[in-house]
Amino acid sequence: MNFQIRKFYYGDIPEEKGGGSNYQTQAESAAWPLWEVFIRSKQGLDHKHVGSLKAADAQMAIENARDVYTRRMEGVSIWVVESKYIHASNPDEAESLYDPANDKVYRHPTFYDLPDEVKHM
Amino acid sequence: MSVHDLENTFQRKIDEEVKIEPKDWMPEAYRKTNLRQISQHAHSEIVGMLPEGNWISRAPSLKRKAILLAKVQDEAGHGLYLYCAAETLGMSREQMIDDLHSGKAKYSSIFNYPTLTWADMGAIGWLVDGAAILNQVMLCRTSYGPYARAMVRICKEESFHQRQGFESLLVLSKGTPEQKAMCQDAINRWWWPSLMMFGPKDSESTNSDQSMKWKIKRKTNDELRQQFVDMCVEQVKLLGMTLPDPHLKWNEARGHYDFGEIDWNEFWNVVKGNGPCNKQRLDARRKAHEEGRWVREAAAAHAEKQKIKAAKDNLAAA
Ligand SMILES: [Fe+2]
Ligand SMILES: [Fe+2]
Repeated sequence: MNFQIRKFYYGDIPEEKGGGSNYQTQAESAAWPLWEVFIRSKQGLDHKHVGSLKAADAQMAIENARDVYTRRMEGVSIWVVESKYIHASNPDEAESLYDPANDKVYRHPTFYDLPDEVKHM
Repeated sequence: MSVHDLENTFQRKIDEEVKIEPKDWMPEAYRKTNLRQISQHAHSEIVGMLPEGNWISRAPSLKRKAILLAKVQDEAGHGLYLYCAAETLGMSREQMIDDLHSGKAKYSSIFNYPTLTWADMGAIGWLVDGAAILNQVMLCRTSYGPYARAMVRICKEESFHQRQGFESLLVLSKGTPEQKAMCQDAINRWWWPSLMMFGPKDSESTNSDQSMKWKIKRKTNDELRQQFVDMCVEQVKLLGMTLPDPHLKWNEARGHYDFGEIDWNEFWNVVKGNGPCNKQRLDARRKAHEEGRWVREAAAAHAEKQKIKAAKDNLAAA
């Protein structure tokens, strides 16, 4: 690809325009794992994925999730799971994966034509 | 599929407003542009805590202190949402933070200006958060899914930032002559840097605008800047203050306010590291990172020990 992106938006300063320094950081010896966070916003509702964060263990992940994702009473319950345990379907296979459901319109209530006189159905 | 076909499919999705997700195919330049933009945005949230953190211990009342603390805590959260979004594009958090500390990665230049008086807290909330919000509201509809979702979350929290800032200035604007002068002085110092937050003029760009085509951005720098100027000119009247630009004038034909030329030399100078506080900001970040190292290591060691202990307990119970 031979186009160039020359317009620098807010928060998007190109690297060569940035200057720099010789500062060297020490390698990080304690990389914390990544966790996915699920929050139940109200009693009776499902837990919903809200984002992810880093934490050394599950307890810290829950405490961090409280600080990061529920500062305004957004939740009544928190689930965390290490991201590496999440398995996802492959987007490239979406077509074949969902194909079996595609032509079964009779699974929907609107498929059935009933006379208007039938009430409560 | 050939790369050409993949690119066509990709562009079609963008055109149809289908969000791009981490595992979807994307052009390398799209990935890189997003990674750079999101990580710079994350760094801006984190470094942005420093100028305001400067006043937490000196806030004029307990109420103002609690508000400022809450705002700064929000900004830490914003940085975190954005690092997570950036990580989905294949760069580790550690690498991003190293790049910030080495000076390789940039953050918004606005945070390289000093916060000299309490009124600066108000001016930052009103102008700096105000400018950021215009940008961020637009980014709620950006094409990369994780970035868009982070932005929705952030925008929900931002409006309090701007409102508390304006309200704080409003109080000063009704105060003693000294407080009024302090209010005007803060506006004078933060106005031009805030306009610079939107980035270089559109005319600086000669090439076709890929970021717009990919719907990473949906408005140009100049469009957003104009929107900001139009908004602030009206708001400043309610403060009984003025904006420090003699060229500000309503333009009937354009339906917008005209405004003076930004000092682009200053802009690039600050970007390149020569602003009033660049060194101070990076030093503070590095120091915090180094001094927090033992905490990160101790937490990891503790987690490891707990794991071993739990395994032993399980064995004993079996
Ligand atoms: Fe923020
Ligand atoms: Fe903010």
